[in-house]
Amino acid sequence: MVESVVERITRGHFWDFHGGIHPPEQKFLTSNKPIKQLSLPKQLIIPLQQHIGQEGDLLVSIGEHVLKGQALTLSTNPMVVPIHAPTSGTISAIKMSVIAHPSGLSQLCIIFDVDGDDRWRKREVCHDIELLANHQIIEKIANAGIAGMGGAGFPTHIKVNSKVSSKPDINFLIINGVECEPYITADDLLMMEQSNAIVDGIKILDKLLTPAFIFIAIENNKPKAIKALQQATAKIEKIKVCVVPTKYPAGGEKQLIQILTGKEVTSGQLPIHAGIVMQNVATCFAINEAVRHDTPLIRRVVTVTGQALDKPQNVWALIGTPINFLLEQCSVQHIKNEKQPVIMGGPMMGFSVSSELVPVVKTSNCILVPSKVEMPSAFEKESKEVECIRCGQCSDVCPSQLLPQELQWSAKAKDHAQLKKLNLSDCIDCGACAYVCPSQIPLVHYYRIAKAEILEQQQLDLKAEKAKTRFEARKLRLEKEKVARHEKQKKAAAARKAAMNKATPEATGAKSAVAAALARVKAKKASKDQVQEQTNTPDSQTNLSSDVADDQKSQVSAAIARAKAKKKLKAEATNTLSSDNNDANKIVDALETKSTVTLQASVDDKKAKIAVAIAKAKAKKLNKTNDAAADTNKVTKHTLAVNMDAKKVVNIEDKKVKIAAAIAKVKSKALAKANKVNKETDDTSRINYPVTNNETQSKYKPAELVQTEQEDIAVSDSTGNSKNKNITESKPIISIDKKAKIIAAIAKAKAKNKLKEISLVEKNNPDNV
Amino acid sequence: MNILLAILVLGSIAAVFGALLGFASVRFKVDADPIVEQLDALLPQTQCGQCGYPGCKPYAQAVADGEAINKCAPGGEDTIKKIADLMGVEVQPIDESHVKGNIAQSNRPKVAFVIEEDCIGCTKCIQACPVDAIIGAAKQMHTIIVDECTGCDLCVAPCPVDCIEMRELPETIHNWQWDLTSIPVTQLD
Repeated sequence: MVESVVERITRGHFWDFHGGIHPPEQKFLTSNKPIKQLSLPKQLIIPLQQHIGQEGDLLVSIGEHVLKGQALTLSTNPMVVPIHAPTSGTISAIKMSVIAHPSGLSQLCIIFDVDGDDRWRKREVCHDIELLANHQIIEKIANAGIAGMGGAGFPTHIKVNSKVSSKPDINFLIINGVECEPYITADDLLMMEQSNAIVDGIKILDKLLTPAFIFIAIENNKPKAIKALQQATAKIEKIKVCVVPTKYPAGGEKQLIQILTGKEVTSGQLPIHAGIVMQNVATCFAINEAVRHDTPLIRRVVTVTGQALDKPQNVWALIGTPINFLLEQCSVQHIKNEKQPVIMGGPMMGFSVSSELVPVVKTSNCILVPSKVEMPSAFEKESKEVECIRCGQCSDVCPSQLLPQELQWSAKAKDHAQLKKLNLSDCIDCGACAYVCPSQIPLVHYYRIAKAEILEQQQLDLKAEKAKTRFEARKLRLEKEKVARHEKQKKAAAARKAAMNKATPEATGAKSAVAAALARVKAKKASKDQVQEQTNTPDSQTNLSSDVADDQKSQVSAAIARAKAKKKLKAEATNTLSSDNNDANKIVDALETKSTVTLQASVDDKKAKIAVAIAKAKAKKLNKTNDAAADTNKVTKHTLAVNMDAKKVVNIEDKKVKIAAAIAKVKSKALAKANKVNKETDDTSRINYPVTNNETQSKYKPAELVQTEQEDIAVSDSTGNSKNKNITESKPIISIDKKAKIIAAIAKAKAKNKLKEISLVEKNNPDNV
Repeated sequence: MNILLAILVLGSIAAVFGALLGFASVRFKVDADPIVEQLDALLPQTQCGQCGYPGCKPYAQAVADGEAINKCAPGGEDTIKKIADLMGVEVQPIDESHVKGNIAQSNRPKVAFVIEEDCIGCTKCIQACPVDAIIGAAKQMHTIIVDECTGCDLCVAPCPVDCIEMRELPETIHNWQWDLTSIPVTQLD
């Protein structure tokens, strides 16, 4: 098979690929002029990503001076190709800049101020590549940042690494010098001028890949290049220069393989699967530079052509050179008078650039500046597209043997399944179908849109799949956490119960003490019930000033005094003990009460505290009803205005603190929202408070009495709702308020704890109540 | 006699096939309703809950049980069409009452963004995120993992300081869509 292919080629017989076109050639504009060496531009714009794959990690920072050939990015994985400083200079910025992409979007670029010295970093020239191991050569290629220079920009070091597992033996290495685009002569000129360097590069590839045969394919419209390469390879048996007939797109990878070997690369497969590797001539040149001269890929040949230019010519352009610099060098004629289109790449597959600051990158081989006569369609704003007439010319010329008109309809209908069936992915965007279309349908545009959409859909599907797995993982996790929480709660409850029922002296002591206290409370309650029936109306909540028996009064006042002393102590100790009822506080409180105060006192104390709490709750309720409609911001002003009504004032002050906290939290939320929230809280408080009061009342009626007494003796404590005092003294109101608030908070917390404790005891010993 | 033979033969054939079918129904039993999986695959998996169900799978289950097919706002008309195809029902216009915010209106995908200087570290958004795409801890600043965010909008409402907003993903060359007017494929003369 291999022999027969070689035989045919030596006889000069080639296969043909399906379709293809013969667009009028414009290579004469540049093919007879040598490659021009340009002066250094003032500034370079070097995009971080110039190839298929990802950006490398930046190695330089703004203001840093770098030498020619110094690496600017670091390759961290095989799909990353590093970039290098094309000349010596300073990094002036690293920012988003328009790049060579049809979208005209920006990407991260290094803006590079050229210093003009063109000073090289230290280079290690290799005289004999035979001394280098294959992996060293591949490393050199990778570090030189070489990506395929034919157009796609696939990282070369991956393509030439034959040691990667599961790659079959290489039968043919094909060097692609076809260059079928009608304007471009960059490879042509390179082959003419640098044939020996290219052959040296091919020798390096030969060492790496050890192919059976090497073909250099050149179209028959480049006689000078053919001659140069034939001379350079005359002594090498293995290398054959193949002169292939001119036809567009003979330079396509799969098309060229078919021309030379008659093999068709199956859809979805790579040439390597058929034992074939293809490299561009410019890539071979770059490989030679990199391996032998330690010169990274920092410049390339660019064809600057088009009839709008005075001096179209091939130039050696540094990577990162803005195209306006190249155009200046080749003297643009009509660029000022109207919107002159500038096309990057050839006329068949290129795209118009959106800015003249777009830089040359590793894959740019041509800048085309057509005149209006030459390419009128480039100047037209609107497409002349008319309906498809089903002539079928497009499928006649399609090199991939697709059905362009079917594809077009499916692309317009966004029928992705059908497009897949029609093998849209095999379309090489060559533009032959659009070229022959009598209806001037921009077919390739439709395919490109469809391809991008399919790609996006694939990404979305991937993302959806990921979201789904994450969602399910989360659900599982929440389920697990819930079960764990239940287990924990069960265990904790069991532990508590066990501790209570255990016959330790502590537990029994606590129990008996509580029982004794409860018994006393009950006895007292019974005696007070009588008094209450006489004095209090059922609606005693609102009746704040009622008379109470004298003996009780004195008793309670003593208790209150004690309680107050204790509260103050505590207030000082804890300063701003909040009313959060954590277990530790509860225990401490309980113990303290037991150890310091006698049992009698503790009951009184309890009562006093409960009273305080109820008083406070009531006051709060009253305040809330008053202020329900009030705006949160108004509350502060309102407070100052009505401080004659001391009760209100105190409570408003009290609330102010809370509101202030609330305001801070919901500051940015809408005012309407805030109002709504306030109303809601008010509503709930309105519903809740009577209930709690009733409960407390029914359970602890003596407490009610204590509270009323307290007011009678005008003790200005906790709630601070002593009317007389506040009416006369308006100045110290704030300090009193503060103190009162702290005390109230503590009292409240304590009362709450006591209540809880009692209720707990009640629950545990239902017989005692 | 003949009639008896016929009955016997047919009867035994029926018994054999009955046994075969019975065996097959036990042996090749399908546990889950495969239609739910297929529906779930059509849904966009944003887990946004705009349909009124706590995720895409529950909605798929509901559709399989006869729920309206036009409640998926992020999926839009496309998804409705696909579900209609699968379920063999008429395509319905999207139910506007289930379109929350601007997810359905905008073409570009959006993701949540935490304005980090305003974040108070309340962890409320973390609890709301259906795909665990928010990282942070109590009283620590939170942030969104952009790649994982489905743009479901569920974290915006719980934020007490309104520091989460939905932002469009920037257009890059990787997600850029070709525009017909930008590249002239030209005809030479």
